[in-house]
Amino acid sequence: MEKRVTFSRSTIGILFAVPQLLLIFTFFYWPAGQAVYWSLTLQQPWGGGNIWVGLDNFRSILSNADYWNSITASLIFAAISTGLAMVIALVLAALTDRQLAGSWLYRVVLIWPYGIAAPALALAFRFILAPEAGFMAVVNRVWPGFWDPGLDGADAMASIIVAFSWKYVGYNFIFFLAAFQAIPRSLMEAAAMDGSGVLRRFWDIQFPLITPTIFFLLVINITESFQDSFGIVDIMTSGGPANATNLMVYKIYSDGFKGLDYSGAAAQSIILMVLIVALTIVQFRFIERRVHYR
Amino acid sequence: MASITIRGVKKNYAKTQVVHGVDLDFASGEFVVILGPSGCGKSTLLRMIAGLEEISDGTIAIDGTVVNKLEPRERGCAMVFQNYALYPHMSVAQNIGYSLKVSGVPSAERNQRIQAVARTLELEHLLDRKPMALSGGQRQRVAMGRAMIREPKVFLFDEPLSNLDAKLRVQMRSEIRKLHRRLNATSVFVTHDQVEAMTLADRLVVMNGGRVEQVGTPGEIYTRPASRFVATFVGAPAMNILEGTVELDGLSLLGGSRRLAMARAGLPVGTKVAMGIRPEAVRLVAPGTPGALDASVDLVEELGAGRVIYVDLDGAPFSVMTSEAMHPEPGSTVGLKISPDDMHFFSSETGTRLDVFKTSVPEPAL
Repeated sequence: MEKRVTFSRSTIGILFAVPQLLLIFTFFYWPAGQAVYWSLTLQQPWGGGNIWVGLDNFRSILSNADYWNSITASLIFAAISTGLAMVIALVLAALTDRQLAGSWLYRVVLIWPYGIAAPALALAFRFILAPEAGFMAVVNRVWPGFWDPGLDGADAMASIIVAFSWKYVGYNFIFFLAAFQAIPRSLMEAAAMDGSGVLRRFWDIQFPLITPTIFFLLVINITESFQDSFGIVDIMTSGGPANATNLMVYKIYSDGFKGLDYSGAAAQSIILMVLIVALTIVQFRFIERRVHYR
Repeated sequence: MASITIRGVKKNYAKTQVVHGVDLDFASGEFVVILGPSGCGKSTLLRMIAGLEEISDGTIAIDGTVVNKLEPRERGCAMVFQNYALYPHMSVAQNIGYSLKVSGVPSAERNQRIQAVARTLELEHLLDRKPMALSGGQRQRVAMGRAMIREPKVFLFDEPLSNLDAKLRVQMRSEIRKLHRRLNATSVFVTHDQVEAMTLADRLVVMNGGRVEQVGTPGEIYTRPASRFVATFVGAPAMNILEGTVELDGLSLLGGSRRLAMARAGLPVGTKVAMGIRPEAVRLVAPGTPGALDASVDLVEELGAGRVIYVDLDGAPFSVMTSEAMHPEPGSTVGLKISPDDMHFFSSETGTRLDVFKTSVPEPAL
């Protein structure tokens, strides 16, 4: 008797796929389609129909200096926070992989931050980085006026970068550690026999062999820094001061739900989506070539 | 070329001790094989020589220099790993030349040496390939090349042939032997395969349970095993062991159900012994022959050049290897003729070899 599960007709297979397809359609394609439609119309904030305006929404957004400022802020945020989160996680994972004293502690502790919701950790960092009472107050006492994210745009940007990186260090760490541990120990031993020291081994053997993971995390981190930054910005800076931290994802929210410009917000969503898609394509096109898949 | 001196070397992992005080001397240029079952500490010992494991106690000296505290790269050893451990992202040439690159050899000289090694190992046409695109035997050769190019004082082999198929294994075995004859570097080869061990070794070290059981040439180990463990571990099929007691004019076997008449066993009467006899030393005779043991045939394994005949001796398993044109049927009865000269005696309690005064030595007064 045949023990495998077999399907006599392909319809059964399709039936199995239907729930998933339904979910994807309802929660992804349909809203995305709605956003595209809204971005091409002028939507009334209190209901009551809409007017087809074609690409007018996009024209007005792209001719707005505030919006370009928001794109620049988002790109700066993405670049620095991704860089920080990945480099710190890579170093920590490399040290943990070497089984240095206390490595078991990092392994547990470093995974926790990713489990914390962005608004919760933003609140924590708001206290830690408060200029008048937190940890930075001590620095301010030594150099008065050194730190004030409420007034200085650069300080505010630094705050949200620190909070975001802190969360993603944990996430990246798990992947880096797994990648390091997937490298056969004998490879490292062979390199040691070949006369290669710790750092040399890292650059010559470990680093090339974890490039698939680095690439994966790069794509994820950049994408998430455009999207997952919302809660942190909302709690810590609300986009201020003077729009210095008004990232694209936050501007969509504030223009749409505070400014009641649904159509403009929809158009911004489309631009954000296109930007993320474009960045991902660039990464696959130019960086993936340097990846060694085993 | 270098001698290796191992003195009282022990290895502990947390609370378990895996190597219990090993003393060994390997002469310069010697090909030593460390043989033992898995978990006997042979690989650990090799890795301690290489510097990949810390030495818990005792000293290891290469060419008279104690290397306990030296990094692997400072010891002048090269190692071939069981899984080859080739760098998957480097080409064959890069793999072979990596150690030279690390030590800063200029690329012109490096390429020249890579070419020379590749020529020796017949790898020239594969130099640009990645390890993924190589067969098992080719990977093995690359791993050898990587070890050779450094012209090390000591070659260490950690079961390098165990991932190859039987035919390749035989071929690589002879290549390793030839290579050793040419390079003449001290080589330490770890294996659990006794055929590999016997064929390769100048000298054989048999290990069991973290201790050295016996050191000697393959011939010595085969003909005069120092313990019951060595006797049954070396040789295929394994040596037969029958428990028995020494009597005045023979040997009482298997709790007294069988007797072998012997002029003298050369051991004090009443000694409890484990009598060992190699399957190839037993002669098959017609059942009922005086002085032979009768046994019923369980199974016959045809090897082409000979046969292994498994017989049942009152419940004890026993094998006989014969190349004679005898084809006993399973279920039939055969006679087993065992010459006292071929017998090995081991202490029933400790398993150590009991020396038998076979000839010309006066028998101790009873």
